[in-house]
Amino acid sequence: MTLALAVLEQRDGVLRKISHEVVTGSQRLGRGVDAVLCAAGPVQGADQLGKFGADRVITLTNPAFAKYAPEACAQAIAERAKQGGYRAVLFAASATGKDLAPRVAAKLGVGVAADITDLAALGDAITVTRPVYAGKALLKVKVASQPAVLSLRPNVFTPVERPKAGTPETAAVTVAPCRVVVREVKAAAAGTLDVAEAQIIISGGRGLKEPANFKVLEELAQAFGGKAAVGASRAVVDAGWRAHADQVGQTGKTVSPSLYIAVGISGAIQHLAGMRTSKVIVAINKDKDAPIFKVADYGVVGDLFEIVPRLTEEIRKLHG
Amino acid sequence: MKIAVCIKRVPDSETRVKIASDGKSLDDSGVKFVMNPYDEFAVEEALRRKEKASSGEVAVICLGPAAAQETIRTALAMGADRGILLQSDRIPADPFEVARIIAAELKSTSWDLLLFGRMAIDDYNHQVGALTAELLGLPCVTAISHLEIEGTKGVAEREIEGGIEVVEFPLPAVLTADKGLNEPRYPALKGIMAAKKKPLEVKPVQASAGTFEVVALSPPPDRKEGKIVGEGVGAVGELVRLLREEAKVL
Repeated sequence: MTLALAVLEQRDGVLRKISHEVVTGSQRLGRGVDAVLCAAGPVQGADQLGKFGADRVITLTNPAFAKYAPEACAQAIAERAKQGGYRAVLFAASATGKDLAPRVAAKLGVGVAADITDLAALGDAITVTRPVYAGKALLKVKVASQPAVLSLRPNVFTPVERPKAGTPETAAVTVAPCRVVVREVKAAAAGTLDVAEAQIIISGGRGLKEPANFKVLEELAQAFGGKAAVGASRAVVDAGWRAHADQVGQTGKTVSPSLYIAVGISGAIQHLAGMRTSKVIVAINKDKDAPIFKVADYGVVGDLFEIVPRLTEEIRKLHG
Repeated sequence: MKIAVCIKRVPDSETRVKIASDGKSLDDSGVKFVMNPYDEFAVEEALRRKEKASSGEVAVICLGPAAAQETIRTALAMGADRGILLQSDRIPADPFEVARIIAAELKSTSWDLLLFGRMAIDDYNHQVGALTAELLGLPCVTAISHLEIEGTKGVAEREIEGGIEVVEFPLPAVLTADKGLNEPRYPALKGIMAAKKKPLEVKPVQASAGTFEVVALSPPPDRKEGKIVGEGVGAVGELVRLLREEAKVL
């Protein structure tokens, strides 16, 4: 029996990259992975999934799936999960996954072990680790629900390629009429990357002095060639300088990028909680006693308005 | 308009987390507890909807210990009409059990709108609203940052990676509030005085543990000691070298 059902995401017929992380995380449970996604038709990139450890890639099709259809997707995935008798159903803890996972879980009569950063199968039980209090503590939980429904924190389960082909399958499904309908998706400005999924985050705080000065951080982000997003501290979000979507910290997003650059951020405890799982942290601040330097791997003390533009130049040279 | 708002009592976001001697829970001595910040958006939205309709009721429901009466009083001071404490010293680790308890309370009344915060800043489960909606068979939109309601039709906006989803739904519905939905009011002195006289019903509940068993609560691993690379623009070259050669992230 296949152990895990990995629930993938697509948008506009293109597989979202985070899906590879879900397949890789599911693989950690051993004994095989089926991957499933809801789509209106063929999904670009779904044929690549075998490379990340999926034994089968099942596309459930229905015209309702052209846009994210929470109720119809939940119904289709819950039915598939029941039919397959999976031990675990895994989602990405993305905006969509956070919305979909509890809907599916409730239909299966269980809760979600949400936003996990580690998992292991031990006999009959699955044990997971979840950051709580925005990462100020780690909670280890034994999940005995049948099935275990888990969502995986983005950027933690690094996709590992395997020399293996997954079998593609397509099944047309019928779904009940939807009450909740996504009418449109207003796209953010082209090239804008979400802080929750970015590999590199450059965050600014009050040290930027005024909203227009975030331009220096945006220029640095651009120098990384589409891999970097600009984040913000709670102070500047509360002041209305930046959108809440950009906020890193306990009342914003908890992030785990490979590189986090904190610029003009002193390092309040609720901010540190949200970014301390970053792989490498760089702090740039004029106050050498700022708490941010206690968690930073590399610190530069001085005027950010001189340091950041120079760093941008250096990064451009590397990527140039 | 009849509106239910489900709130939670949580440690303030500035709390330094100390682990209790059982190794499985928070040592709450000296911890300041507040209303979960996302629930404040839900309370505020409920009050605005009621004010706009110029009739109706806002009821606040909270699962928690006796001390959570204080959290409910805060919502009453903001302007909610009445409170219900589903009293239990222990909140189950399994969010499905939490949703079950809340749904059992909610289903006895026909609400037009049921509001939750999108997540609680202590356990980070972000699912009780959606689970409860499923248990009640109601439509649900999560993590909304904008809301319009016309009659029995609603339109909400929710943030997704790289965009905003515009979502239509019929009432009654369950909605979970994100930051940005509104600016919660501070309770005025008059409201605080009035809140003392508002009805607060305490109902003991039996919370079963469910299928999640807490094995351990532990501090996150310490980050290894970092270093100050230098001061001013002169340090940038060395910083880039370290990021490339030592940290290997460039």
